[in-house]
Amino acid sequence: MESKISVKNLDFFYGSNQALYDISLEIPEREVIAFIGPSGCGKSTFLRTLNRMNDTIAIARVDGSVVIDGRNIYAPGTDVVALRRKVGMVFQKSNPFPKSIFENVAYGIRINGIHSNKADLEERVEKALRNAALWDEVKDRLNSSAFGLSGGQQQRLCIARALAVQPEVVLMDEPASALDPIATQKIEELVVELKRDYTIVIVTHNMQQAARVSDRTAFFMLGKLVEFNPTQKMFTNPDEKLTEDYITGRFG
Amino acid sequence: MANTGTKGDKVFQAIVFAAALSIILIVAAVIAVMYQSAVPSMERFGIGFLFGREWKPAQEEFGALPFIFGTVTSSVIALILSIPISLGIAIFLVEQAPKKIARPIAFMVELLAAIPSVVYGLWGIFVLAPLIREYIGPFLQASLGFLPLFQGRITGIGMLTAGIILALMITPIITSVVRDVLEAVPHTQREAALALGATKWETTMIVLGNAASGIAGAVVLGLGRAVGETMAVTMVIGNSPQIAASLFEPANTIASLLAANFAEATDEIYMSALIEIGLVLFLVTFMVNAFAKLLIMSVARKTNSAKHA
Repeated sequence: MESKISVKNLDFFYGSNQALYDISLEIPEREVIAFIGPSGCGKSTFLRTLNRMNDTIAIARVDGSVVIDGRNIYAPGTDVVALRRKVGMVFQKSNPFPKSIFENVAYGIRINGIHSNKADLEERVEKALRNAALWDEVKDRLNSSAFGLSGGQQQRLCIARALAVQPEVVLMDEPASALDPIATQKIEELVVELKRDYTIVIVTHNMQQAARVSDRTAFFMLGKLVEFNPTQKMFTNPDEKLTEDYITGRFG
Repeated sequence: MANTGTKGDKVFQAIVFAAALSIILIVAAVIAVMYQSAVPSMERFGIGFLFGREWKPAQEEFGALPFIFGTVTSSVIALILSIPISLGIAIFLVEQAPKKIARPIAFMVELLAAIPSVVYGLWGIFVLAPLIREYIGPFLQASLGFLPLFQGRITGIGMLTAGIILALMITPIITSVVRDVLEAVPHTQREAALALGATKWETTMIVLGNAASGIAGAVVLGLGRAVGETMAVTMVIGNSPQIAASLFEPANTIASLLAANFAEATDEIYMSALIEIGLVLFLVTFMVNAFAKLLIMSVARKTNSAKHA
């Protein structure tokens, strides 16, 4: 199996506090990987090491390697801007820019100079909005403010925005935790849909969600990777007693 | 049991209400008295007062235009010089600088705001004016001398010097307000941009876009300060009521005129004219400040609603 992302012996520190311990795992291409675990277990921190989002934290430090398509993204001289274009991210709280719906999606295309002309730009925006299952709801008001959308629509707009730059991997940090059940269902369907073209890593608090959308699940606790297995196995016959206790709700 | 503290509370309430009310009364009283004292001048000169170009108290000729011109021009120079510097400092402090460096710089900026304006004036006379006379002026004349703005004799005292001093004085206030506004932009906006492959520059542009109306508010607040500044300007502007194209020429502002002439305004119409021009200044700064507050408030509201969305 050729991995899309290969993490080896990753340690992560906030100053002198170690947040992740010796994480190693392989993420295959075009699958949905779910990260679960109790609050503060390091799953979000780990997700953010995959596109070096933790770089914005001055005191953060990483040991070990994250190899994406054969290249260690922590090697000196890595082009972080190019990395983040390839590894997109959707956040827990929807965070559209104070621009129109169209300009939100167009932003990443523009700054990366992906489009050839105006018609191409419009086409790419439409395609991204279609991929995010939002096009039909917004096609008549592309020029109105993104803040006029509902929470669920804003989150799908953020997904469209991330998809518009044609990433290969999409990281999602609890993308549905602030949404109602119907909006959540839409996001989940979308995740499954997107798997055809993208490798998706999704952090979730919701174990049913992990079971529904993912091919593989990683269970984290206290900064350690406890178990990483196909989701089917994780939820029926986990290797670790700890995983079983967590999944069956004995703690967490 | 009943009414233990209610009486005390009522008295307390009345006292703080009176304190709050007093500020409204004071403002109203200031306007009323100024208006009343300005009536003779208003009746005599009418609207022409605002457009007259001559200010000759001996001949009882009073035209406010040179002072309005001087006030506006010196403030605009100050803004042109101060806005890029203030924005630069604020962006550096919020977006780039590590905390260890940001704190002392922010402290220095605030220190600038605490310097009395007469000290700025002295610095203007003894440091800036010679600097302009010997170096900056000749340089501007040599490179941009084809523009009327930079022609004529360079004495070091005049519009440009006043504008530069004002720029220095308003930089702290613009910087600190812009800094607050930038800090109010949610961190998630920066992350959203970075995650799309934005560079630091592009991310900063997103942040500025979020903060646009607050930055405008900061600028208008700085403008309000520049328009009303008196002492430092009086010391370096040359106090000559003329409308000249060249920035090297002396000029005068409303605030500076008032400061320099109240003592010698003995007859009623002279005094009344001064008060009328003071009223003009008061209304202008009042409106400018109100406008600035509205702009800044609109940012605070927007970022708050984004946080709760």
